[in-house]
Amino acid sequence: MPKTALIWQQMRRSLAIARKDIRIYYSKGPVVIFGVLFPVFLFLSYTIGRHLNADSMIPGLLGMTLFFTATSISPIVVPWEAQQRTLERLMSCPVTIETIIMGDVAASFAFGIGVSLVPIPLGLFMGISISSPLILALAIILAAFCFASLGSVFSVPPTNTPATVNMIASVVKFPVVFISGIFIALDELPAWGQAIAYISPLTYFTDISRSCIQGRGHLPLAVDFGILIAFTVLFLLLATKLHQRTMPRRI
Amino acid sequence: MPDEGQTDNLAVEVRNLTKRYGQLVAVNGISFEVRRGELFGFLGPNGAGKTTTARVLTGVIKADAGTALVMGSKAGSLKAKQTAGVVPEMANAYTDLSGWDNLMLMAELYGVPAATARERNESWLRALGLLERKDSLVKTYSKGMKQRLILCMALVSDPEVLFLDEPTSGLDVQSARLIKDLLRRLNAGGKTIFLTTHDMDEANQLCDRVAIINEGKIVAIDAPERLRMATSGRQSVEVSFSDSVSPESLASLAGVNTLQKVGDKYRLYTDDPGELVVAVVNHSSAARLKIVSLNILAPSLEDAFVAMTEKEAGHA
Repeated sequence: MPKTALIWQQMRRSLAIARKDIRIYYSKGPVVIFGVLFPVFLFLSYTIGRHLNADSMIPGLLGMTLFFTATSISPIVVPWEAQQRTLERLMSCPVTIETIIMGDVAASFAFGIGVSLVPIPLGLFMGISISSPLILALAIILAAFCFASLGSVFSVPPTNTPATVNMIASVVKFPVVFISGIFIALDELPAWGQAIAYISPLTYFTDISRSCIQGRGHLPLAVDFGILIAFTVLFLLLATKLHQRTMPRRI
Repeated sequence: MPDEGQTDNLAVEVRNLTKRYGQLVAVNGISFEVRRGELFGFLGPNGAGKTTTARVLTGVIKADAGTALVMGSKAGSLKAKQTAGVVPEMANAYTDLSGWDNLMLMAELYGVPAATARERNESWLRALGLLERKDSLVKTYSKGMKQRLILCMALVSDPEVLFLDEPTSGLDVQSARLIKDLLRRLNAGGKTIFLTTHDMDEANQLCDRVAIINEGKIVAIDAPERLRMATSGRQSVEVSFSDSVSPESLASLAGVNTLQKVGDKYRLYTDDPGELVVAVVNHSSAARLKIVSLNILAPSLEDAFVAMTEKEAGHA
């Protein structure tokens, strides 16, 4: 089979896996709790009682929602399938491990995009204006893909208990939210705070978001996009390479 | 190694396959072949290496050494997987989906056109008595129904070779019989079947040839009947009496190798069943015992299996 036909075939099978994930995992408890309830309550705990304007609130809310939702499904699918004894059947199908991982990432990506669309009309209702809707839309798509890939990295340790994976993911996700300019804009952080913020992929999405909504980004947009792309490639490579090692050990 | 003409006729070809888990050698340099159209049994006690071998052949795990080909392609390659249908040990269908949705998912993953898949799925569901329940969520299925559905899932792609790992283990009689009947029909229709089992009766009833694996090594490969007949010293005389009898007195009869109580009967293993029948009759006359039944039994496949695995353990 020619290589392009093979890639096309595996992409279609990856979409079949994503559709299966969407039907099975969107309503699972951990996804609803970690993907929807956590970011909402975390944000409310920060904003209630403080007189913040919508322009400074919405970029943070958008960033946090996208980050939590897009990283909520991809970490749990593989351990869940191993626990439910469906993984061996899936692995014996004519699909590569990359195809399985891309399917899981695609389901998480779609969830992230869907839920993160809520803060935008909310913001528009509250009076914000978006100076560059196309740039913001591109940033949401890229960041959702980046965060969904990061979620897949969380599930690399060969445990078959989804709760353990969620614990591992939370250890990373919560600190990331606090260092990424969600609650305090990057240019208001001290130099050491900014240095830490640069290691988080969420920083660059929040920066684009602030640029599009508040009209004041800390870094040039090209830099934000370039670094987000680099993080996406890194997370995808890590996820596929590491899952190739650990997935057979789950069986 | 077989010559090229033979290779074309092989569905599965395994050479010096080895798989280790840390210090444990689960499969130790095994070699065997399965001919196209053959129903091949892979027998062994728990932990012998059956499932590990099946997992290498179905591409779920990689071997540490040796080669394995499925329909001429490297085991685990997309080409090999495309030709195979798999029923893994203890596998489950997606319980949050209906039986039908599970089947259509498999069709998509094997690249089967939707119209062909619908036609095929209906046919297999009907054959396995699941058509009425096709739209129910799998979580509402019994264990036997789930296992029948998993077999349907393995057949969606009309595979050339089927790998089944303990497909009837723990099932009710009706489900087990349905599956065994279907395997016979599939094999008669030309499908190659690789059946992993520890059920001697199942292997004896279904398989053209069986391989016996113990502690990661193959100890015998042959037709079940030839394996039974090659087991010298495992012929037996089975006798039951109307009154209780001392097992010691039976064990001391000339020609008895070992004695086993089976329900209300005694099974006396011997190299010469004819001589032993005479001794048993003489013993019962002398002891004024009435014989209720007396049969000469050829060695069963189970006897062959026990003899071979014990011999192998003795060599270790």
